[in-house]
Amino acid sequence: MCYGTLMSELSVEMGREPSPAPRQLPKEQLLKIHDLMLEGRVLEERLIRMQRQGEGYFWIGGPGEEAFNVCLGLLMKKGRGLDHDFFHGHYRSSGTLLAMGAPSIDALRQMANTKTDPYSEGRNFVGHFSKREWNVVPITSPIEVQYSIAIGTGIAQARHGGDGITIVTGGDAGSAEGDFASCLVWASRPMLPLPMLIVVTNNDWGISTPAESQHGEANVSDRGKPFGMPTAVCDGNDPEASWFAIQEAMDYVRRERKPFVLEARLSRLYGHSSSSGSNYVSEEVDCLDVIAERLERRGWRSKDETVAKRTELEASMQGWYKQVLTEPKPRPEEIWDYVFATENVVAQDAAVQSTEKTAGDL
Amino acid sequence: MATVVQAVRMALHMGEAHLGVTDIFGEDVGPPLGGVFTATQGLETAWNSPLDERGIVGAAMGLALAGQKPVAEIQFCDYAFNTIDLLKLAGNTYWACAGDWNVPMTLMTPVGAGIHGSIYHSHSFDAQATRLPGWKIVMPSNPRDAYGSLIAAIEDPNPVMVLLPKALMRARAEGPDELIGGEPDAKELRARIDAPIGDRSGWVPDWPDLALERVPEGTSATLRRGDQVSVVTFGRLARVAKKAAEELAGEGIDAEVIDLRWLHPYDWAAIRDSVKKTGRALFLNEDTEITNFGEHLIRRCCEDLFGDLRIAPRLHAGAHVPGVGLSEHLEDASVPTHDSVLRAIREAALAPEVGRSMRDVPRVERRAPTVDFSLDREALEGRVITHEVFGRSSRYRA
Ligand SMILES: Cc1ncc(C[n+]2csc(CCOP(=O)(O)OP(=O)(O)O)c2C)c(N)n1
Ligand SMILES: [Mg+2]
Repeated sequence: MCYGTLMSELSVEMGREPSPAPRQLPKEQLLKIHDLMLEGRVLEERLIRMQRQGEGYFWIGGPGEEAFNVCLGLLMKKGRGLDHDFFHGHYRSSGTLLAMGAPSIDALRQMANTKTDPYSEGRNFVGHFSKREWNVVPITSPIEVQYSIAIGTGIAQARHGGDGITIVTGGDAGSAEGDFASCLVWASRPMLPLPMLIVVTNNDWGISTPAESQHGEANVSDRGKPFGMPTAVCDGNDPEASWFAIQEAMDYVRRERKPFVLEARLSRLYGHSSSSGSNYVSEEVDCLDVIAERLERRGWRSKDETVAKRTELEASMQGWYKQVLTEPKPRPEEIWDYVFATENVVAQDAAVQSTEKTAGDL
Repeated sequence: MATVVQAVRMALHMGEAHLGVTDIFGEDVGPPLGGVFTATQGLETAWNSPLDERGIVGAAMGLALAGQKPVAEIQFCDYAFNTIDLLKLAGNTYWACAGDWNVPMTLMTPVGAGIHGSIYHSHSFDAQATRLPGWKIVMPSNPRDAYGSLIAAIEDPNPVMVLLPKALMRARAEGPDELIGGEPDAKELRARIDAPIGDRSGWVPDWPDLALERVPEGTSATLRRGDQVSVVTFGRLARVAKKAAEELAGEGIDAEVIDLRWLHPYDWAAIRDSVKKTGRALFLNEDTEITNFGEHLIRRCCEDLFGDLRIAPRLHAGAHVPGVGLSEHLEDASVPTHDSVLRAIREAALAPEVGRSMRDVPRVERRAPTVDFSLDREALEGRVITHEVFGRSSRYRA
């Protein structure tokens, strides 16, 4: 296929509809995305409230990124080992994990730093997921390091063949770190190009610093061009634009076994984190409004049905939240657990065979 | 009879052939050069990376997470400083995700002074390395230990750092204890595993059949037994200390020399038993002296062995100056030398006992040291813990 076409189709400017006419997802698919986006938002709002009530110390998360992140999670080839996608996310990736099937209650557990938190047993901030069963490598706080670490899973998958790929995501401001440059250089080495989907979720902010004051490049993704990588910019507030952009980028990476840089322009709806107040920002586009209006316009889900769905999810969230408050905290002596491994568990994964299909195959 | 660098190469070959090593990589590590010290010549899985230390450490972590078995090299430890936060991550991954992912990677890097390497080829890394919880750290001082520590590192499911004293790269065994089981003599080995000068495109090494030997983690080697003073050291200075101790025997000074080998986990039992016996401890290494690993060992001696000490434990280490200067005068004034080590051991052996020795006072049980991983968990139960997160402080009872 001709990537010139792909590029022009995906390089839409914010607020404008792409031309030719935007592609549509089937009803069931869009409704499923909507359900997950709603759950993601309800989850984040609950997490924010827990932090405010003193049931957690710090909140950071992905409200505003649901459209893009949910599609990313649904399109992933989920599973263990080299035949599946490796995901190197960051602290705004909750929508992706939710779409992959991670239960909301587990995020609440991490917020409440309970022993039952399956991602860190009360050690790490909320949104710092880890799930070896699905190749979700541990999310860490230092910005951009995932772009260096992703090189390694990329190399293993380049050598292994098949259609498993490495997906790495991070923010726009973080792309100034050397790790982003490392990722571009290593992913495009002539001796071994890497099957890597390099994603930048661009919300135009790094905490309080506007991107325009620090970045002269027109698009962060343009930085892939001198390395010969196809690049694209998509409207990350639009679930359908996001879906097709991710799908085409993924298809390219899976098939060609080469890197692709995809930039999603999207909103940051509750500020950076609890440190900056975590209040709703009404000036930015809300992807939930975008999808709700579209569903209503197509007659697939009315505003009332959306409200009812949200209320239902809030009730479930409330139940999970109450449950989490009863769960135990880690005990002090557990600081000594997991300092050193006695077994090489990751090596057992390399051999695991394909067991699951992607939602894209449905 | 192998040099240290040949021993490293043979261990890496054993790693590829028998232990599942998938990648040996770093700057100039692959063909044609096979490493600036030739440590990676002729290896099947050796490849050149971009000149990017952060990328090297990141790639090793990612390869490990993907179930591979990487051995990464940082060409000189002097250039590892921009990787510290990735090294911290490699060390904390298993802990942070509560055991979900381990990170089975080996990182090897040449360290230390002794080759007139000036400011950027003389750094030590042991003080930095031992501040990276979650890593195991080993620093061999002879060919056999270089071979055995790499094998142990490769087999370990955790990140392990192998610090190679660059001044010893061409050093050979100084006795039967330092020979690798099954190794041919020096001439034959050179012919079989050293790449030819000039065109080497068609060359393949003829690896000798070696035993799979390890330096088990946390084990030291006592290089010389003595009753009067304990010298605890590692790496390049292990040999320096041994020679100095042998010379001092002629003066009637009987020094015990312990080559620690593993800096983490380290052989506290060996240090303890020796210091209890001699009552005099000298810690010897070439990293800068402020916040030095030897200082930790001194602290532990003071806390755990106070009643056994005849003099205050001592440290002989690098001067806390910004670099090791090129001129011989500057280098010798910056890091321990044969002469300074000789003096330091002599002084520690002969220093008068300070104050009233508590050696003969009945011993009281002392609390378990907090760094000991074998810490009795039960002892912690019920203790009040205060912790701070982002300025809030909360106290609770376990
Ligand atoms: C290496 C590093 N430097 C600084 C920080 C503190 N910090 C946390 S988030 C952030 C801004 C990141 O902005 P961006 O990459 O655009 O991601 P966004 O939060 O906007 O999604 C900073 C500076 C950090 N976590 N890591
Ligand atoms: Mg940003």
